[in-house]
Amino acid sequence: MKLRAIIVDDEELARQILREYLNKAGEVEIVAECTNGFEAVKAVGEQRPDLLFLDIQMPKLDGFEVLELIDPPLAVIFVTAYDQYALKAFDAAAVDYLLKPFSTERLGKALDRARALLSDPQPRALQASDLAAAARPPGQTLERVVVRDGTKVHIIPIAKLDYVEAQDDYIALHSEKKQYLKQQTISSIEAQLDPARFARVHRSYIVNLERIARIEPYTKDSRVAVLQDGSQLAVSRSGYTRLKELLGENI
Amino acid sequence: MHPVFRNTATLSAYLGLWAILAAAIAALMRVPDDLTWSQALSISVPLCMLYAFVCLTPWYICRGLPLGTARVTRLLINQLASAILACTLWIGAARLLAFAMDIGPKLNPAVPQLVVLGLLLYLMSVALHYALLAVEASREAAVQTRDAELRALKSQINPHFLFNCLNSISALTSSDPVRARDMCVLLSDFLRKTLGLGERESISWREEIELARTYLEVEQVRFGSRLRVEMEVDDACADCQVPPLVLQPLIENAIKHGIATMVEGGTIRLEGRIENGRLAVRVENSFDPEAPSPRRHGLGLRNVRSRLATRFGDAAHLHLAAEHDRFSAEMVFPCHKATT
Repeated sequence: MKLRAIIVDDEELARQILREYLNKAGEVEIVAECTNGFEAVKAVGEQRPDLLFLDIQMPKLDGFEVLELIDPPLAVIFVTAYDQYALKAFDAAAVDYLLKPFSTERLGKALDRARALLSDPQPRALQASDLAAAARPPGQTLERVVVRDGTKVHIIPIAKLDYVEAQDDYIALHSEKKQYLKQQTISSIEAQLDPARFARVHRSYIVNLERIARIEPYTKDSRVAVLQDGSQLAVSRSGYTRLKELLGENI
Repeated sequence: MHPVFRNTATLSAYLGLWAILAAAIAALMRVPDDLTWSQALSISVPLCMLYAFVCLTPWYICRGLPLGTARVTRLLINQLASAILACTLWIGAARLLAFAMDIGPKLNPAVPQLVVLGLLLYLMSVALHYALLAVEASREAAVQTRDAELRALKSQINPHFLFNCLNSISALTSSDPVRARDMCVLLSDFLRKTLGLGERESISWREEIELARTYLEVEQVRFGSRLRVEMEVDDACADCQVPPLVLQPLIENAIKHGIATMVEGGTIRLEGRIENGRLAVRVENSFDPEAPSPRRHGLGLRNVRSRLATRFGDAAHLHLAAEHDRFSAEMVFPCHKATT
């Protein structure tokens, strides 16, 4: 089986050596080369490759964001020079990676592994957002969320995120009166957001604290948070306790 | 906790000193009214052991009232009041001990000397504590300076840079062996120059610029036409003495958070000139304001800032500004020329 591969790296020489090695190895057809994250998401959508060689630090979108935005399943091999946290995350998620500079032998092993993965009838689902979170240096929280809508990629800076709503396996991100759907659990995004700026006020809601206009009583036991744009979010009892801790008694 | 308690050796030495003092005080008390040695010692030894601990309290008071920052009157009143309090305790305890042994009146002749001694011992302890605090402060400052320097040295060779370079060389060996060799030479040049810097406290601005130039030439191979460099460095600054590699983190950031974030690349502009006897350095680069959040951010800049502060204090500053798609770092510090 000839593997169809896409190379994503912003450095020409880095793409060149991969191209050279892959041509030599045979059995791999390079269907596209991309120099940044946007191109990569687009190319993966159009070409549906089997294999993706993905650099981490790139213009526009980094390697992890690209992974969050493309449809699995396909084999991904990260190619990076040095990144201690990312390597730990790769090991934990059993994602293959090549460390620059690498040998043809090491690339051969990665290709074998990719073939084995692709021929597996029940491929494991790779939770891209969890991988991205694990690769982040400790203490660093999310600064933006990336969402794909068909072929369009939206980047939502955290400051513009009003609230997050759980919808089954998806989350709806509300920002500037628009809503973006993303396949991720609400607990997983909760763990990535800065706890000083966002609070889980309900099983289904995470709210940006700066957007809360007031809290009103709803029933005997529950309350509702009214946001500056008028949206109303249910606040559970434990959510209210959390809000009181974060905002003080006078809410 | 008081430093005396940090290990048993210092604590026993300290109490040993007080034991000698106790013997001396016993001798003093014996003379006027014929106390026996055992009577005098059974007063002076417990008394001195008690006072040994009383005389440790200035540690807390002195830290609350540091010399130079606390008001002089407040400092004097506080220290004198606590000296009098301590001395009262000292005399009271002596009298109590004598009373318990039914030799109360026999102690009376020695009381004036004991009062003076109590006050003096306490005030001496205050003075010693201030000295101790000064020693600790200077030791801490030395540790901080060394830490900052160490961090600077560690950040000298960014592993990301090194491995990416090696990868470029690896790619070039088959496609363009001549350029591969050039890059090996450039990279070696850069490494050799930085390796020798560990022991040197200052280097000339000329050397620093030369390093930055070599570094940028290496990066030029990696980024090709994406990296454009403009340099405008006044010859008048060439002999200024600067902390080694103080410019390097600014250049590295300009590449990492600037050029590397842009598909089409951009320009790094480096300026250096003398302004009012100070060296003014400016590194400007284009960047993508919507780029992915940089990983491992700010370490290099923090380092530059702390090195400038330990070397030049308030006379130096580092100013960062981002405007649209241009980022600039401006560093100003006194230009000292080598004295030789």
